[in-house]
Amino acid sequence: MKYISEYRDADLVAQYLEEIRHTVTRPWTIMEVCGGQTHSLVKNGILNLLPPEVQMVHGPGCPVCVTPLNLIDKAAYLAEEKGVILCSYGDMIRVPGSKRSLLESKARGADVRILYSPLEAVKIAQENPDREVVFFAVGFETTAPANALSVIHAQRAGVSNYSILASHVLVPPAIEAVMNDPDSNIQGFLAAGHVCAIMGIDEYYPLVDRYKIPIVVTGFEPVDLVQGILMTVRQLEKGEHQLENQYSRVVKPEGNPEAQKVIQRIFTIADREWRGIGVIPMSGYEVRPEYVAYDANIKFKVNIEKAAESNECIAGLVLKGIKKPQECPQFGRGCTPQMPLGAPMVSSEGACAAYYHFSQAMAELEA
Amino acid sequence: MELQCPLPQFDFEVITLGHGSGGLLTNQLLESGVFDLLKNEFLDQRHDGATFSLSGPLAFSTDSYVVSPIFFPGGNIGELAVNGTVNDLAMCGAIPRYLSLAFILEEGLLMKDFWRILVSIKFAAEQAGVKIVTGDTKVVERGKGDQIFINTSGIGELHPKAKINKSRVGVGDRIIISGNIAAHGIAILSLREGLQFESAIQSDTTNLNHTVASLLEVFGDKIHLLHDPTRGGVATVLNEMARDTRLGVEIWQKNLPLAEDVQGACELLGLDPLYVANEGIFIAVVAAEVSEAVLEQLQADENGLQAAMIGEIVDVHPKQVVLHSSIGGKRVVNMPLGEQLPRIC
Repeated sequence: MKYISEYRDADLVAQYLEEIRHTVTRPWTIMEVCGGQTHSLVKNGILNLLPPEVQMVHGPGCPVCVTPLNLIDKAAYLAEEKGVILCSYGDMIRVPGSKRSLLESKARGADVRILYSPLEAVKIAQENPDREVVFFAVGFETTAPANALSVIHAQRAGVSNYSILASHVLVPPAIEAVMNDPDSNIQGFLAAGHVCAIMGIDEYYPLVDRYKIPIVVTGFEPVDLVQGILMTVRQLEKGEHQLENQYSRVVKPEGNPEAQKVIQRIFTIADREWRGIGVIPMSGYEVRPEYVAYDANIKFKVNIEKAAESNECIAGLVLKGIKKPQECPQFGRGCTPQMPLGAPMVSSEGACAAYYHFSQAMAELEA
Repeated sequence: MELQCPLPQFDFEVITLGHGSGGLLTNQLLESGVFDLLKNEFLDQRHDGATFSLSGPLAFSTDSYVVSPIFFPGGNIGELAVNGTVNDLAMCGAIPRYLSLAFILEEGLLMKDFWRILVSIKFAAEQAGVKIVTGDTKVVERGKGDQIFINTSGIGELHPKAKINKSRVGVGDRIIISGNIAAHGIAILSLREGLQFESAIQSDTTNLNHTVASLLEVFGDKIHLLHDPTRGGVATVLNEMARDTRLGVEIWQKNLPLAEDVQGACELLGLDPLYVANEGIFIAVVAAEVSEAVLEQLQADENGLQAAMIGEIVDVHPKQVVLHSSIGGKRVVNMPLGEQLPRIC
């Protein structure tokens, strides 16, 4: 497949890995921000090809993992008690809420539908004028334009039975939160390529300067990842801290201005709670007051008491890269993909789920 | 496969509850359609069951078919119901002989749709060389079914040279797959999700019994195990194999046959083709010394043109399936948790 197979070239990956081995002289800890990158590192078996000096730490860029418990409870409440058609991206529905996941709500009779695009949800609203349709709009800057566009479409088509339950989070404030944590030992970042494809790269320059860390905007295929790691290691070894763009075939410095306009039209930046981490100031999007009619939070006056997180789950420390998943006492014991205590064990992009599979492999391979 | 048989004149356009009552309407439905179409000496008896003789060790299998949508690119629920059970028998090393055929119809099913399904059943059975010898038709109220559910059970005689058993799988055995993976699941999903791809991806549903029989004829007990990776895909079958044999399974990603359009769809939908369902391929675990010859024979068969050697049985990492990625990495391929859910980004 053109534009993909070139970036899965085994020889090229081997060359970059060799170059990393040549370059590295001491241990470095690098965080890949995006869950998609974590998934690819694990799926392609890249982690065990890196020299031991290069430690990859999995970042908070898993939208499923950081969506607050309370919001999942709200979504379940809307589907179960208010009888709405609740539409969601796929891997959100397996994440445990305080009582149950949306998958369980569905089994109990709630109308929960898995969609690939929020525009489909608008169509469902048009086809079911007597029902309320809510789209569970989670994600980073990458999914924000499509979610915003669904509101614009609904408004244009005069669809009044459609709204979104928005839980949008932003990457740069998350990097700040990681760096501000006194326990953090991250020395460089692979920034999330697809987020930058939308937002551009300008907002990362201040982070590079303030924290004196290399940030390399990186893609998702094996060649992208090993090249991004090499670029970061080179900077670290030279004591440099710059913003570099490995993913230039997709990411333009200015991003996608049209998508940014759509986001700005519907959303405004606000404080946002991150599951496992807490509130990060100005770290997410909420629906602008002009569009409250499409904000499910306001439309349904949902007020669900905040349930306490499992105190056995250390998701926050894992998401900030302070603890590795296997350092959690519950890892693989009280918490497995079948019976997750926290979201990072659920999503295929979650660090715990990724490590659960990977560490099993390691244990067996080294046995 | 879409084959035509003229729709006979019925006095009704849709299936009603009465068609499952056992009374006049049931009779009318069966006499004017089903029996004529599937006609053979067993059905002609019009008895409660079929009586027949078979010889030697037998294989017996059953499966229910609930696929939605009932018509999909490359097939429909009818031929799936025949091929599925025929293939299950073939995987036991049997020559499929007789099938039972039971319908649960939902009130309101269009008669022309039912007819199309029946015609496919007839041709699929002919192609596989099996006879449908007994059956049943029930009708449930609207909303209590999903147009049509089918159950088929099948019985077959073991091939005299077959010695298919998990206990015969040993270290060094090679794993061969008979064709491209993930086509059926993606064909169904693309229809269900209303996704349009440049070319319609076709389900691979077909009967594999003739292909398997010729392998058994030539290689006999060197074929240690056969499996068709239907629900849960290749990953599930390999995991079951590793678990039950307590041996390790290694597979090589670069050898996995995958059509480009299916791969593209999987990339787009965020699905791992290893977990996607198949209906027209099988996995064979064979003795290493015959593996090249098995592959060669398969590649000359119309059902094995894309056949490939994808891995081997090893004595390390028992009960685990380890994939050697195309770029030289390794990872464990786990049993899927449930249905694969698309990722957000």
